[in-house]
Amino acid sequence: MGRSQREARWFYLLSTPWAIGFLVFGGGPIVASAVISLTNWPLLSSPHWVGLANYRQLLHDSTFWTALWNTLYFGAGSVALTLVCTFGLALLLNLNVRGLWFFRLVFYLPTVTSGIATALLWQLILNPDYGLLDRVLSLAGIPGPGWLASQDWAIPGLIIMSVWGAGNTTIIYLAGLQGVPRTLHDAAAVDGAGWRARFCHVTLPMMSPVIFFNTVTGFIGSLQAYALILIMTNGGPGNATMVLGLYVYREAFQYFNLGYASALAWVLLMLIVVITAVQFLIGRRVVHTEAARGGA
Amino acid sequence: MVTGIRARMAGRGAAYLVLALGAVVFLLPFAWMVSTSLKSNAGALQYPPRFLPDGYHWGSFAAAWQALPFGTFLMNSVVITVLSVAGSVAFSTVSAYAFARLRARWRTAMFALLLGTMMIPGEIIIVPDFILFNHLRLVNTIWPIVWPYWFGNAFFVFLLRQFMLTIPRELDEAAHIDGAGHLRILFRVIVPQMKPAIATVTVFAFVGSWNNFIYPLIYLRDQSKYTMSLGLQLFASAQYITRYNQMMAIGLLMLAPVVVVFLIAQRSFVRGITLTGLGGR
Repeated sequence: MGRSQREARWFYLLSTPWAIGFLVFGGGPIVASAVISLTNWPLLSSPHWVGLANYRQLLHDSTFWTALWNTLYFGAGSVALTLVCTFGLALLLNLNVRGLWFFRLVFYLPTVTSGIATALLWQLILNPDYGLLDRVLSLAGIPGPGWLASQDWAIPGLIIMSVWGAGNTTIIYLAGLQGVPRTLHDAAAVDGAGWRARFCHVTLPMMSPVIFFNTVTGFIGSLQAYALILIMTNGGPGNATMVLGLYVYREAFQYFNLGYASALAWVLLMLIVVITAVQFLIGRRVVHTEAARGGA
Repeated sequence: MVTGIRARMAGRGAAYLVLALGAVVFLLPFAWMVSTSLKSNAGALQYPPRFLPDGYHWGSFAAAWQALPFGTFLMNSVVITVLSVAGSVAFSTVSAYAFARLRARWRTAMFALLLGTMMIPGEIIIVPDFILFNHLRLVNTIWPIVWPYWFGNAFFVFLLRQFMLTIPRELDEAAHIDGAGHLRILFRVIVPQMKPAIATVTVFAFVGSWNNFIYPLIYLRDQSKYTMSLGLQLFASAQYITRYNQMMAIGLLMLAPVVVVFLIAQRSFVRGITLTGLGGR
């Protein structure tokens, strides 16, 4: 047996943990989910083949359309507000500020503590009666909208919370900004470019691959976020914060409609694929590819 | 010239001001959490709410801890977290070595699958896996919660592989010529140089597993098997709903280990984010 053959055997042997994971926790469940979505499968009894009936039912399910809209609303709002806030903070952090470690720590802390404890914390912050946010607004003379108790303001409240928890994007932007060569800025300054021109013609083009990366991964993450929403509002008030992920969970583990839940999950997957593909199409025109330096 | 310097200094001052304001905004929720945990029962329900606590009522920590068997929940969380972290570090490192160093016909295709699975929403996976583990009679055990960390984490394999690619091959070639096998090369040559990346995976696995909520919620049935996350959820729902001070106290206790690990290992977090976040840059 030659060296390359032995090497290949070792490859398959050592990649086994990942391969098991792929079969049981990745690719396998995707295929299984597609098949399950074509059945009517109440937990505790056996599945029935129903073809595309679950998908037809979706079209007439008003909760589904609400959840789809809310998913897009939350996803787009969260990605957009996160982009503006975290890029802004990273620009400031890149000015050679003192105490960089402190700011990085503060901005990243909410990301690592994300879980039920901070979900309950934000439930309290966004509470109409005992909430911090309404209290702060009232100091500025603004009557608070009641956030999680309001049909219109519950999702904006969740978006604000998601920006608070998105400190990792600040760190990625900062790392990207630190990689923009100073010489480019200096050359532009010598040519008489002001800070605004340098921002538009040096920083933005050089940063466009990083912005693209953060936007794509931000959408992938926010479109499937539901754990915190489950804890904080469980979809309410009414269906104001019902998102697709939460609807999947509810159909599967509260109503035990495994087939319908799988159909919903597939719509979510397709939504993520389509939105990611659209971003790549737009990205090909907008992202400054010459800026992609170094190897893969 | 002078006006230029003055404008720059004003600009820097403004930058510090905005950053400081940002830091306050990011820290305020935590400060509110601490403040609420120290309030009395009445103080926590005061309307309008006050920023500072009405005294230091440390009693809410003990009262909350004793309201439910949080000692048991803590032990369960520790067991699940230790198993998850140990398994994910060990197995991900082995798989990453295969992808970084060993050539095989299907490697490229398998690596493409690995990257593809990183964008699969968890919602697709939970239903088939629940059916599977229900069939295997593993519902109400810790294994459906732990195993995804052992086998399922494409992100960790990817992160470790990226780091391994930056390690020069000369040392493993030399070890190979000396007759070392792949396992020996991996554990004696590669792993000692991987400490920063392994620390990164350790802290990510720790935080993810400690904060994990959905999997314990789906799989654990008996209250005696609950984790801290589920215990906190149980506390927040039902009868304790208006005891905000105790709720925040338990929340702080749950956050404490994460914050400590984060303060000790913050470099590892930053490295992990930038290593994978910037991909090829």
